Amino acid sequence: MFLKQIALVGAVSALMASTAYAGCGLTSGSVRILSNDFPALHAVAAGAEACAGDGVEVTKNQTTEHKDLQVAALTSNPAQYTTAVVANSSIVPLMNDGLIRPLDDLVAKHGQGLQKSQLVTIDGKVMAIAFMANAQHLWVRDDILAKAGVSAPTTYEEVLSASQAIRDAGIMEYPFAMNTKSGWNLGEEFVNMYMGTGAEMFVPGTAQVAINNDHGVAALNMLKSLMEYSNPDFLTFDSNATQALWEGGELAIANMWGSRGGAVLDDEGSTEEVTSNTRLIAAPTWGNGSVPASTLWWDGFTISKNISDEDAEATFVAMMNGISTEMVQANNDKAVWLIDGYVPGRAAEGIAATATAGAAPYPMLPFMGALHTALGNELSDFLQGKESAEQALADVEAAYNAAAKEQGFLK
Amino acid sequence: MTPSSQNRSRGLVILSTSFVALWLLIAAVPFLWTLWGSFKVQGDFFSKSDWTYALYGVRTLAETGATFTGQGYHGAWIEQEFWRATLNTGIVVFFTVIISLTLGTLGGYALARSGYKYAFWILMAALVFRAMPHITLVSGYLLPFFEWNLWGHLPTTIIVLVAINQPFTLWMLHSFFLNIPKDMDESAMVDGCTRFQAFRHVIIPVMWPGVITTGLFSFLLAYNDFAVTAMLLSQENQTMVPKIASFLGTTQVEGNVMFAVAAVVSATAPLFALVMMFQRQIVSGLTAGAVKG
Amino acid sequence: MKHRTFLWFILPSLSAMVLFIALPIVSVFVQSLFVAHDQVLVVTENCGPFGCKQTTTVDQEATRALKEAAPLGKFNGFETYTNRGHLALAEVSQAWRSATGIGDFVSQVLNLPFYRAVAFTLSYTFVVTPFVILLGLAVALGVNSLPRAIKGPTIFVSLLPMIVTPLIGSLILFWMIDSRGLIGATLQIVFDDPDLSLKASPTLTWITLFVYGVWHSAPFSFIVFYAGLQTVPQDTLEAAMIDGATRWQRLRYVVVPYMTPLVTFITLMQLMDNFRVFEPIVGFSAQASATSLSYIIYNDLRGGDSQLFGSAAATSMLTILGVAVLLLPVLIRTWREFNRKPV
Repeated sequence: MFLKQIALVGAVSALMASTAYAGCGLTSGSVRILSNDFPALHAVAAGAEACAGDGVEVTKNQTTEHKDLQVAALTSNPAQYTTAVVANSSIVPLMNDGLIRPLDDLVAKHGQGLQKSQLVTIDGKVMAIAFMANAQHLWVRDDILAKAGVSAPTTYEEVLSASQAIRDAGIMEYPFAMNTKSGWNLGEEFVNMYMGTGAEMFVPGTAQVAINNDHGVAALNMLKSLMEYSNPDFLTFDSNATQALWEGGELAIANMWGSRGGAVLDDEGSTEEVTSNTRLIAAPTWGNGSVPASTLWWDGFTISKNISDEDAEATFVAMMNGISTEMVQANNDKAVWLIDGYVPGRAAEGIAATATAGAAPYPMLPFMGALHTALGNELSDFLQGKESAEQALADVEAAYNAAAKEQGFLK
Repeated sequence: MTPSSQNRSRGLVILSTSFVALWLLIAAVPFLWTLWGSFKVQGDFFSKSDWTYALYGVRTLAETGATFTGQGYHGAWIEQEFWRATLNTGIVVFFTVIISLTLGTLGGYALARSGYKYAFWILMAALVFRAMPHITLVSGYLLPFFEWNLWGHLPTTIIVLVAINQPFTLWMLHSFFLNIPKDMDESAMVDGCTRFQAFRHVIIPVMWPGVITTGLFSFLLAYNDFAVTAMLLSQENQTMVPKIASFLGTTQVEGNVMFAVAAVVSATAPLFALVMMFQRQIVSGLTAGAVKG
Repeated sequence: MKHRTFLWFILPSLSAMVLFIALPIVSVFVQSLFVAHDQVLVVTENCGPFGCKQTTTVDQEATRALKEAAPLGKFNGFETYTNRGHLALAEVSQAWRSATGIGDFVSQVLNLPFYRAVAFTLSYTFVVTPFVILLGLAVALGVNSLPRAIKGPTIFVSLLPMIVTPLIGSLILFWMIDSRGLIGATLQIVFDDPDLSLKASPTLTWITLFVYGVWHSAPFSFIVFYAGLQTVPQDTLEAAMIDGATRWQRLRYVVVPYMTPLVTFITLMQLMDNFRVFEPIVGFSAQASATSLSYIIYNDLRGGDSQLFGSAAATSMLTILGVAVLLLPVLIRTWREFNRKPV
């Protein structure tokens, strides 16, 4: 599906061009954007700002604190922001509190250029428009693998044997890394690994957590085996740290975000030797699983509920201009876009391969955040060798239960 | 003095001077390192391969053609308009310090001169207030501020910073006023002044050292605050520290990290001027302060 | 001072504190007594860029009705305070019953997030505070004996650790202590251990945080002490010298007693600030080995996608309580001094 969508690119792009004229056809309305702070979103916001003028006002707040502001900002009436740019995890609090509006009317009126796959629908109603994709997957250095005489791994078992081969060949002591910083990053790695088993994280239809089982133990043990080949500082590795290690030529195999591809493969910050030999490939499977041990992410925009219909329409049109084909053509390598006109380059290969191999999207469940936080906090003891896998999972379950009770998901 | 005691004190002088030198080294090295590194590219300053890159600028030479580069400063001040944030910081700091000190002087004076039990309990309450973690307070402000349309504006942030800073200001100024002899203002009152007139004509002229010292700490709090300013200011009203944080972003974009480093070095310059200007008062200020209390 | 005059002097300051600190504290306390309503869950079909799936979501209509009936949520009493995330009474008594020995009990209790945070917070407070005071005093004595001309720049440089914003300060220091960084690599040579990493071992992480804490706060105590030294009466010192007191005796019997009130002031502020230690933990990515009470609050409010206000509120109240207990000796002392003051 993903590849087909990328292949369709050129065909429909002519349609989109019509939305990008000055003023965007609006005569009034206020557009107020809240989003995270990175270059791809700067490009989207700049596209939306092009609609300002002729009675249309466009303001933005792009900040790393957006997740902490969004609920309060959209709860007030009228909402401080008319649109919040979210990912499939951060849309959940907005959904839980009913702070965003269905977009079906607006899509019918102004969304002709959108692909069906860009529409995020919940219970049949469009709640967000996705425009970017991301996932964690393997990065490999072909030159080092060749030197060690191994091929690019497709399973985590192969990652282990390849790392051992690189170590044995005396090339690197710690050839592997993933984003295992205690907290959100570590939680995400466990979610990825657990997803590779194909098992459910919750008892379907309830908020009852279901990771304290053999799958969970196996996933933890796999993480621990991998950490044998990662620098002992691994509990401090966030994606900035792993990217720096990769660009410094200190790694041969890593599990990192596809969104970092553009920045690593460009000519800044690294050597020709590293960039020309870097390849982004699918996330590996492991055990008996057939699904890649990764989760797929999208970024998209939502429209606040507590604003006037006029502002909502203006915001939708401005944001559509923000994610226009012209924007994508001008910012092609800043992200893996889900938009027409995107020409996937080397940096997109890993995400596309992971999606094609059938990786699951990150679970958009109301109580997923509580589990993710519990995982991030409670697993580092196990990886430091201070407690057993069973104890770690029991701690996660207990921490999750306390949080889910407080949020009203468990009695 | 006998030669032996002279020898001993010379030994002591050497010892204490080398101790101070060691301390200065420890205090200054990270900053000097940053100052030097702000003229390099990220690949050198944050090199994962070899820390000596930051000294010699290996990658700086490869990427820019010279071993020093002003890219960080150019990026921060010209491309990213860091001066706007500087202006906002100027406004926030100026008003926070002025208002904090005005409220704190009045309150501190009253607390120092009142012997009733409630004065003690106000001081205690101020301590409890100071114990409250700022992050909880700020999260609590969000909803009402959004609801009443107070969020994002500089005055809101100034008032919050003043309030959060009051407990420390009150305590410090209270101990300063305790050391100003009571007879001074009381004799003025015997001469027919009201309490406020006595405060104005007798206390204000002698209180500056203490106020300036307290002001320095208020200044540093407002200048370096991140918890409040990052959450309560909109993008166009951002002050320096959240702006620096935004150079880092969620994903540290190549080069932007050096904007942050350059901005931090620039942000230290006005503090240098300030400390130099007020160092005499800082010292003599505390002299009159808590010591005798 | 008359009640009325007092009121007018204190009113502006007091109202700022009541409005922005006292009221929030009250509302935080109330919040800590409630939990969210039971959420009504339904299973619906959700679609996105990666296909469709049956998933659980919150039933907006049904939940809204519950919310409107009682906007504060469900009354929970002090149960948030006693749940696993906080005092964990059930888990602690369970550990007491099942523990094989006192060591086992302690390790089981330290596995609970709250107690683990308390352990680090208290260690940090009681290690860093005395060192800050001693280092500050030593530097102040040293600087005081320098020639006048170089005092000014020396004071500025001494203040640097306090001045540079911790946001970037810790970023740079974190890089410096990396095993490839300036400090990390130097330590490896000094200790002749190529595997030494300050970030990997919990013990070394604690020591790193303590050292950073002392480094960061020493300037505060230095400047206060330095100022205090200026007021030590010269005639007393000279008299002591004539009486044949050694340099050490003069320091011990003349200078230090003069400093006692300052020591109280610094102790008060440092105990409080160190008890709320937070920035270095985030700055040094140390949360795997060290968490503090403030860090737990941060984690509840900012750690994930959803915010646990009740839980953060309960930890905040416990923090205030902790600070109050910690400061009790100092407070009693202040109370005695206060009672000697005439009305």
